[in-house]
Amino acid sequence: MVDRVDVTEEAAKLLRRLTVAHGPVMFHQSGGCCDGSSPMCYPDGDFLLGDADIHLGDLDIGVGRPVPVWMSKAQFEYWKHTHLTIDVVKGRGAGFSLEAPEGVRFLIRSRLFTDAESAELNPV
Amino acid sequence: MSVFAAPGADGSAIEVKSRYQHYIGGEWVDPVKGGYFENISPVTGKPFTEIARGTEEDINAALDAAHAAAPAWGRTSPAERANILNKIADRMEANLEDLAVIETWDNGKAVRESLNADLPLAVDHFRYFAGAIRGQEGGISEIDETTYAYHFHEPLGVVGQIIPWNFPILMAVWKLAPALAAGNAVVLKPAEQTPWSILKLLELVGDLLPAGVVNVVNGFGVEAGKPLASSSRIAKIAFTGETTTGRLIMQYASQNIIPVTLELGGKSPNIFFEDVAAADDAFYDKALEGFTMFALNQGEVCTCPSRALVQQSMYADFVGDAIKRVEAIKQGNPLDTDTMMGAQASNDQLEKILSYLDIGKQEGAKVLTGGDRAYLDGDLAEGYYVQPTVFEGDNSMRIFQEEIFGPVVSLTSFNDEADALKIANDTLYGLGAGVWTRDGSRAFRAGREIQAGRVWTNCYHAYPAHAAFGGYKQSGIGRENHKMMLDHYQQTKNLLVSYSPDKLGFF
Repeated sequence: MVDRVDVTEEAAKLLRRLTVAHGPVMFHQSGGCCDGSSPMCYPDGDFLLGDADIHLGDLDIGVGRPVPVWMSKAQFEYWKHTHLTIDVVKGRGAGFSLEAPEGVRFLIRSRLFTDAESAELNPV
Repeated sequence: MSVFAAPGADGSAIEVKSRYQHYIGGEWVDPVKGGYFENISPVTGKPFTEIARGTEEDINAALDAAHAAAPAWGRTSPAERANILNKIADRMEANLEDLAVIETWDNGKAVRESLNADLPLAVDHFRYFAGAIRGQEGGISEIDETTYAYHFHEPLGVVGQIIPWNFPILMAVWKLAPALAAGNAVVLKPAEQTPWSILKLLELVGDLLPAGVVNVVNGFGVEAGKPLASSSRIAKIAFTGETTTGRLIMQYASQNIIPVTLELGGKSPNIFFEDVAAADDAFYDKALEGFTMFALNQGEVCTCPSRALVQQSMYADFVGDAIKRVEAIKQGNPLDTDTMMGAQASNDQLEKILSYLDIGKQEGAKVLTGGDRAYLDGDLAEGYYVQPTVFEGDNSMRIFQEEIFGPVVSLTSFNDEADALKIANDTLYGLGAGVWTRDGSRAFRAGREIQAGRVWTNCYHAYPAHAAFGGYKQSGIGRENHKMMLDHYQQTKNLLVSYSPDKLGFF
């Protein structure tokens, strides 16, 4: 099985810190303007998920429970051919994502799935 | 040409303090927890002042001040409020050049835009709503000869507003002017990327308003925005931003059962029909400018015409001319009046745009011009600059479907009107669109078929106060601009009055 979503070591390190400070966390991938297209990181349960969302996968950050990554179904239709890696860069953030006060921002890096990978993608 | 001195530098009359507090109850107050954060100018990529880092305690203090001020403010006459809005507009106009330079320093946009668009529009917005509130009337419905329904407009009370960073002053004014005209008190949270210019505006005009009517608390979304949006002490929340935060704000609002207005962006199609190229005249020249409008404000506009749809029959010639126009964009010091495109607003914004340039290339889109970061010299070397970029590709690519919020347009062709409309509407969003044609009937048909709240027809990026602005589909809920905006900040009070002495006879 091929995963749809991954995390860089730098981002995993930050996620470990955020987990210590806030408890288990989750991502919901945003769309739209300003800080749209950024992955938003929230304490588990803060963001209400529902039938409109798709669970892309879980990030193993080495400690605690893996971090689930979600996206709206409608947006997934336009994103499903790409593999996503959650990275972190210096920045100001915005939105209510947990990392912003640390002067950094989670960022999505994308690549196309190969044909071989597409045949073995994790079902969502 | 002229180059403005950087605020705080020799030769600039604009004062930059070492730090800025919250503006609460008409006073400048320290954050309760004492924290400050650095504010960076995207022009240089370097910090230039510190801004109060608000928390729930500061939001509560601002809400206290707003609630103390709201009843008296809500009882002022429309004329009193209109006069104050007009005075704010006058003072802004008298200081327009300084405010424009301040805005450019905080946000990175080319000063010719803040001088000629952001600030004049903000001034006009206050004047428009000063007029609109004077002209607003309630209603009387005659139910029958002795029964009358009176409809009054009443302010909501205290409202929360969360402002984006792409037009920090103008977007604040779009929300403030109707809210104040309608008699509400406001707690406003600017974007953490651009917290400064709105404080400079309050330094200038704060004394014109009764204390507590406008309160500004800066800080990070999770620390200051969230306690404001989720407070049970606001009667409405207005937000401009993206979809996930938009959903979260609706979620908080549902807990308090309050209305929301949301402006969440778009992926606006800009459609050029073949008759545009019927003559090489002023209109053709205007259409080329219309294509190049994706670079306005470095593409950091919710309605950025970031998908260009050009009819196949004129594609080669039109695109050739359009690329020349794009390549004539002059990038440089945003404080230089000759500069046409300035800096992206923040480092993470720059990184995000670069990640889209990467996925666009991976998906096989062809770079017709640009395609990379731009590096400027001297003090600007660490600023956040991107080359204006034209990608040629297919509407199914991610660069055609996601708001990059940078100077990047994704270009594709269409065969006929039906094909154009199919591509235009194949998007999650529906905020803006452009239609360019010499055929008035076609313009009308296309404009009605496009699922978007604003269809610019033979123009683009005009934002007059008297035209409603807002989104279809996932672009949001509600409108901004236009007198209908007053309704978004008012309750309807109905007095249903019987003038009959006679009982119904039921009991």
